[in-house]
Amino acid sequence: MKKLLIALVTLIPTLVFAAGGSNVVLEQANIDFNDKESLQRGFLLFQQNCSGCHSTQYQRYDRVATDLGIPIDELKANYILTDAKVGELMENAIPDADAARWFGAAPPDLTLVSRVRGEDWVYSYLKGFYADPSRPFGVNNRVFPLVGMPHVLQEMQGYVEPIYEEQDVNGQIVPHLVGFKEAIGGSMTPEEYDQAMRDLTGFLAYSADPVKLERESLGYWVLGFLFIFFIVAYLLKKEYWRDVH
Amino acid sequence: MKSLIDWIDARIPMTATYNRHVGQYATPKNFNFWYFFGSLALLVLVNQLLTGIWLTMNYVPTAEGAFASIEYIMRDVEYGWLLRYMHSTGASAFFVVIYLHMFRGVIYGSYQKPRELLWLFGMLIFLVLMAEAFMGYLLPWGQMSYWGAQVIISLFGAIPVIGDDLTLWIRGDYVVSGATLNRFFALHVIALPLVLVVLVFLHLIALHEVGSNNPDGVEIKQNKDENGWPVDGIPFHPYYTVKDIVGVAGFLIVFCYVLFFMPEGGGYFLEKPNFEAANPMKTPEHIAPVWYFTPFYAILRAIPDKLGGVIMMGLAIIVLFVLPWLDRCNVKSVRYRSLTHKLNIAQFAVSFIVLGYLGAVPATPELTIAARIFTVTYFGFFLFLWIYSKNEKTKPVPERVTN
Repeated sequence: MKKLLIALVTLIPTLVFAAGGSNVVLEQANIDFNDKESLQRGFLLFQQNCSGCHSTQYQRYDRVATDLGIPIDELKANYILTDAKVGELMENAIPDADAARWFGAAPPDLTLVSRVRGEDWVYSYLKGFYADPSRPFGVNNRVFPLVGMPHVLQEMQGYVEPIYEEQDVNGQIVPHLVGFKEAIGGSMTPEEYDQAMRDLTGFLAYSADPVKLERESLGYWVLGFLFIFFIVAYLLKKEYWRDVH
Repeated sequence: MKSLIDWIDARIPMTATYNRHVGQYATPKNFNFWYFFGSLALLVLVNQLLTGIWLTMNYVPTAEGAFASIEYIMRDVEYGWLLRYMHSTGASAFFVVIYLHMFRGVIYGSYQKPRELLWLFGMLIFLVLMAEAFMGYLLPWGQMSYWGAQVIISLFGAIPVIGDDLTLWIRGDYVVSGATLNRFFALHVIALPLVLVVLVFLHLIALHEVGSNNPDGVEIKQNKDENGWPVDGIPFHPYYTVKDIVGVAGFLIVFCYVLFFMPEGGGYFLEKPNFEAANPMKTPEHIAPVWYFTPFYAILRAIPDKLGGVIMMGLAIIVLFVLPWLDRCNVKSVRYRSLTHKLNIAQFAVSFIVLGYLGAVPATPELTIAARIFTVTYFGFFLFLWIYSKNEKTKPVPERVTN
């Protein structure tokens, strides 16, 4: 039995990583779900820069406003950029068919992207654009090579130039991507851009799992009750079993 | 009250049935930790049935609406997320509990005479449960739901002559589609749960007919007092009802921890690609079945030939059915059996777990060789058992149960 337990325990680390499967190094997003202001800024950023093409169609405006502490008047004034009502699902502004024609593929819905790919992936993706003249929109992405999306936030971040080194592959000299220069010409400093992307990632992480905070706070009560129930049940059992020899 | 009970008892055997199965059901007094999992399996079954009914109220079983309706349940239905996570965590918990329950049967010889039918009903429950879980996994209509079903259903295509027609008949279409979703929904919410409940009923009737085994493998019925009550037996109620409540509390602590703090189960209970709606045009880079199928999936992949793999995977389950006849020893509990038997059970458990791991990760040449080795040791358990159990050197079994 002991052997079995040891075997099980040693397997745990491998099991945890087995579900992943990408070799790109990701930056840590470090999201704080309790930082409502950050999530609000992320929501605004998303509405102004992303919601034109990307829907979050499983989520409703008023639910987001309630969860993030935004008054309904403010929601209507600043956050809803279409003619949608507050109780409606957050659809995107452009039809999928048009979008598919413009970008080669319809921009995906982003409600659940952080649960599919992970928060760190989203954060690294948002920070991962770099200049690549061979691509249709002049940019490529470090964590999503050959992505079909333009760098929408380029005005904020500025240009990121890649650093290539020449490498000898089977006698052929080919450029090999080794790193990036600091972004230049953006309206934000690198620190400001990092924080903005953290806000945006936080909003998407919230959007993928809006019930997380409520779930966990309920969970503490449930577990607390169960621990007490366990002790009571154990004492009851002990009392009943006193006459079993 | 008394007269009401008499009135009912004169018409149906209510009191007699209660006494036979609960109030005066003689249970060995030496049950240990391993004996919690039977009652826990029943608890999880009830959880699945109840949460399933409420999920059905808001779920839309169409290819167009299924994925969105799950998100509707998760976001817009009051406590819908709780129902959904109870159901999804419950599915994994069901297999954890059932695998431990089966392992208990293996180590204490609970399948041996006179409990062969009890074991067979249990195995049928396991088989139906696998079908139930497989069909249920298609319903969220995520990427892994879709492609997992595509892979598993296509396995039937390996059967000679009728294979292609059979897969077409199962899917109701040339690919997994809304037609498949509709029929899986019908089977998942009506047909299989009915079969499951009937089998659980038969499993309990068979158990109460022959009586429970125990960690010593001693038949308590062979040692009765002057009133005909087994001296090592105690009534199920109140002794084991209060004890099982402790088990339930312990189980719920683990269950609720997963439910409230890690409902994805590290990507094993709810796989990440399943948060993306099914897309028939886009194959995920790595299609892995849910963890409870991975040992059998590893055996399937270990065999280089598709039909051979399907046969071996089927055999890996069928061989469990005939376990009562493969074990020719008449000592039940591992406590009084040979060192060979102990080691054989240990290697069987390790093989099963390692196969489970191998079935979850992408296959590489080295891992495929490992999967072949552990496929051999998995089946080796049964072959060795059949060979050595005929003339096994066992220890003397005590007359009475030990504490």
